[in-house]
Amino acid sequence: MSDATDTGPVLAADGRPLKRSLQRALRAEKLRALALIAPLLIFILVTFIAPIADMLFRSVENEIVSDTLPRTTLALDGWDHKSGQIPSEDVFAAFTYDLVAAAERKQHTRLGTRLNYEMTGISSLFRKTGRRVDDFGELYMDQFVDLDPAWVEPATWVTLFADPAWISSFEDWQAGDRKDATRPQPLFVASDTLGTILPETTDSYTEFARVAQTVNADSPLEETPWAPVYEALYRDLSRADSAAIAALEGPARTLLAPAQAAVAGFRTETLSDLYIDVDKDWGDPEVWATIQAFTPKYTAGYFLNAVDLQQTADGIAVQPEDQRIYFLLFKRTMFMSMMIMGSCVLLGYPIAYLLSNLSLRASNLLLILVLLPFWASLLVRTSAWKVLLQQQGVINDVLVWLGLVDDGHRLVMINNQFGTIVAMTHILLPFMILPLYSVMKTIPHTYVRAAKSLGATNWTAFWRVYFPQSVPGIGAGCILVFILSIGYYITPELVGGTTGTFISNRIAYHISSSLNWGLAAALGAILLAVVLILYWAYDRLVGIDNVSLG
Amino acid sequence: MTAASDNGFVVFDRVQKSYDGENLVVKDLNLSVGKGEFLTMLGPSGSGKTTCLMMLAGFETATHGDILLDGKPINNIPPHKRGIGMVFQNYALFPHMTVAENLTFPLEVRKIGKSDREAKVKRALDMVQMGEFGGRRPAQLSGGQQQRIALARALVFEPELVLMDEPLGALDKQLREHMQFEITRLAHNLGITTVYVTHDQTEALTMSDRVAVFDDGRIQQLAPPDELYEQPKNSFVAQFIGENNTLMGTVKEINDGVALVELDDGELIDAKPVNVSKPGERTMVSIRPERVEISKERLGEGAHLIHAEVLEFIYMGDIYRTRLRVAGNEDFVIKTRNAPDQRRLKPGEQIEIGWFPEDCRALDA
Repeated sequence: MSDATDTGPVLAADGRPLKRSLQRALRAEKLRALALIAPLLIFILVTFIAPIADMLFRSVENEIVSDTLPRTTLALDGWDHKSGQIPSEDVFAAFTYDLVAAAERKQHTRLGTRLNYEMTGISSLFRKTGRRVDDFGELYMDQFVDLDPAWVEPATWVTLFADPAWISSFEDWQAGDRKDATRPQPLFVASDTLGTILPETTDSYTEFARVAQTVNADSPLEETPWAPVYEALYRDLSRADSAAIAALEGPARTLLAPAQAAVAGFRTETLSDLYIDVDKDWGDPEVWATIQAFTPKYTAGYFLNAVDLQQTADGIAVQPEDQRIYFLLFKRTMFMSMMIMGSCVLLGYPIAYLLSNLSLRASNLLLILVLLPFWASLLVRTSAWKVLLQQQGVINDVLVWLGLVDDGHRLVMINNQFGTIVAMTHILLPFMILPLYSVMKTIPHTYVRAAKSLGATNWTAFWRVYFPQSVPGIGAGCILVFILSIGYYITPELVGGTTGTFISNRIAYHISSSLNWGLAAALGAILLAVVLILYWAYDRLVGIDNVSLG
Repeated sequence: MTAASDNGFVVFDRVQKSYDGENLVVKDLNLSVGKGEFLTMLGPSGSGKTTCLMMLAGFETATHGDILLDGKPINNIPPHKRGIGMVFQNYALFPHMTVAENLTFPLEVRKIGKSDREAKVKRALDMVQMGEFGGRRPAQLSGGQQQRIALARALVFEPELVLMDEPLGALDKQLREHMQFEITRLAHNLGITTVYVTHDQTEALTMSDRVAVFDDGRIQQLAPPDELYEQPKNSFVAQFIGENNTLMGTVKEINDGVALVELDDGELIDAKPVNVSKPGERTMVSIRPERVEISKERLGEGAHLIHAEVLEFIYMGDIYRTRLRVAGNEDFVIKTRNAPDQRRLKPGEQIEIGWFPEDCRALDA
């Protein structure tokens, strides 16, 4: 290769640069290698990596608030939570339009559950209000209908607000086969004419029409709008420019002009009063501040919760004392995993040493004993520890019988940290012994002999010569045991009680009981990050090359 | 001989070793190694030679008998207190230590001061011409270099006795020959006693002051290399050391230190009786290939002539190797020097070959 410096690139026999020829030759090999691993790679991507990524994404994803309450999200933008006042009537109106659609779509309970993680009580507030919100605006509905019975007719609303092109295509669709999946129902489209003059009404009627079409499979041509649409009409008309309405033509002018003239004389009500009437919590600015704090599409809220903080409208704050559990759980998980790892090293090292120094036959027999626990289910082994360790269990019975322990003061060895550490050390011990054994097996006896012949005592020969060479096995075993135990679930669940549970038990609780998947994902992401950081630290300190599984 | 009475530096006195309580791996070993002597234990695998070395090093205990070092029994002294340097088959350099740390190790465990240690390590490295490699790891060295380091490590704490367990087995031929020379040079220069184990007879012959040929747990012959080669005491040694032509026959009579042997095809030859004692005994007559002549001019008076047929001629550069049929034996090999006047025999040729009766030894069958 040295001649490359003075005569340019080295050329292959065919005159092309050697480097390119080599790459070309290697490419086919690489492709073939890739093809060989492709099935597994795809399998893992689809069934493992993708779900995990999706799950972890939930820890920051927060679209439910802005998706369910789009108008409220916008309207709350101008509200200052520090004012100590509840938001304006406009916000209540926007919230009404959102909530009635959400209630119709049955999404308000989900949203209530989500916000309940941040502020207890919101869930029931939403449920309660969701049942009542379609009555809001009834007062105006009645007065409009008294004014002109045409306001109760679905046809009136369609004529006023629908885009004529939509009406014809919708009628076409109704005339044909409605079950035909190839002909989708044309969704309601509002006309532009009234959109500028009566924006809230157009918007809320469109929402109503689409909900009627998609959720209830009704035709907007046959359904009277829900009451909040009349509320919107009242609000629009009281603010609308009369000149613009006078400039309208046809039925729009004949209906809207007298209505606008009449609204000034309508009996009125305040939306906020209606809400507070349903539940006085709506008068609490904190509820609105919570909604406002969680309107962004992405939130750090779950992660903050996972480290005992919370996001409030005022920024990040520490959780109340009685709700701070995660930091403690993380600390406990780390501490107990370290304890388990340590006891596995202490118990496993001598066994692995013995295994690697016995004759092949004896070591095979012993190895079977080491692997024997794998033949029994994890549950059985854990339950066995329950039998052994409980207060009326075997060990306590023996101790009492021997007189070492007073019958009234039986030892508490289970449903606490001690029980978890004992049971998990037992369960994870093979994962320490096997890598240790496979490394020790490769250390020839001659090293220790050589050390002794050079004058080292048994201990020095072991400590200075044998032990350093077995460190890669300890490293591999420790990483394996630590990573396994940090995410362990079943055993701490069964024998951990309240003081011996791990963070994983809390994750499982949020996945299956509280259904707070976002928090579960955040906790899981933190756990993953901790493992990766420890792995990185190990690599920096010991070197991952020093890890050997034999 | 009873070695105990000997004043050897290393003495094995009626040593026996059994691993399973049924078979003896070493049967009644008596051996005395003089101070400064280079003694090689040579033998096929399983002959007990390595076991003897391990007993001397302290890694195996003798089932019976005493091992004495400098007059003191060492049976109950643990290996690390024996102060014996040892070079292992695969060098056993500690892979997690640098070369210098490997060499410092024996000095450190002996609690030798730091400056002293450094001086000794440097001297030992220079001795094996590896002065610049102190900072390397064993894995970064070639086989020959590792060998030198292993040697330096065994010598750095200045032991009076060094054991070597087939130290050159992993090297290629050229390097091995070079190291053979280096080891003997070092051993003689430093005046240390060396017990060397090998199964390579060339190594044994070229390096040693004396060679102990092991077989079946016993020393078959203990002699300087020339004596071992030229006067093997029994058929095993004759076969094991060097190349050897054998002719089977029966002793007819023995008188005046000459045995008359009737070969199996009826031919009568004279031979030197070594371990045959009476007529009628079966015997294996042994003749070294290079002691057989094919030109009558070179043979003087008293040479025994015999008819032979050439079967194969092999050109080997410095010598010719010719396979003949002699007295019914088709594996009779002779070696002739590639000299300008040397004749190249052709297969099928009928010739007369000859040797002196002194070179022809009648051994046990």
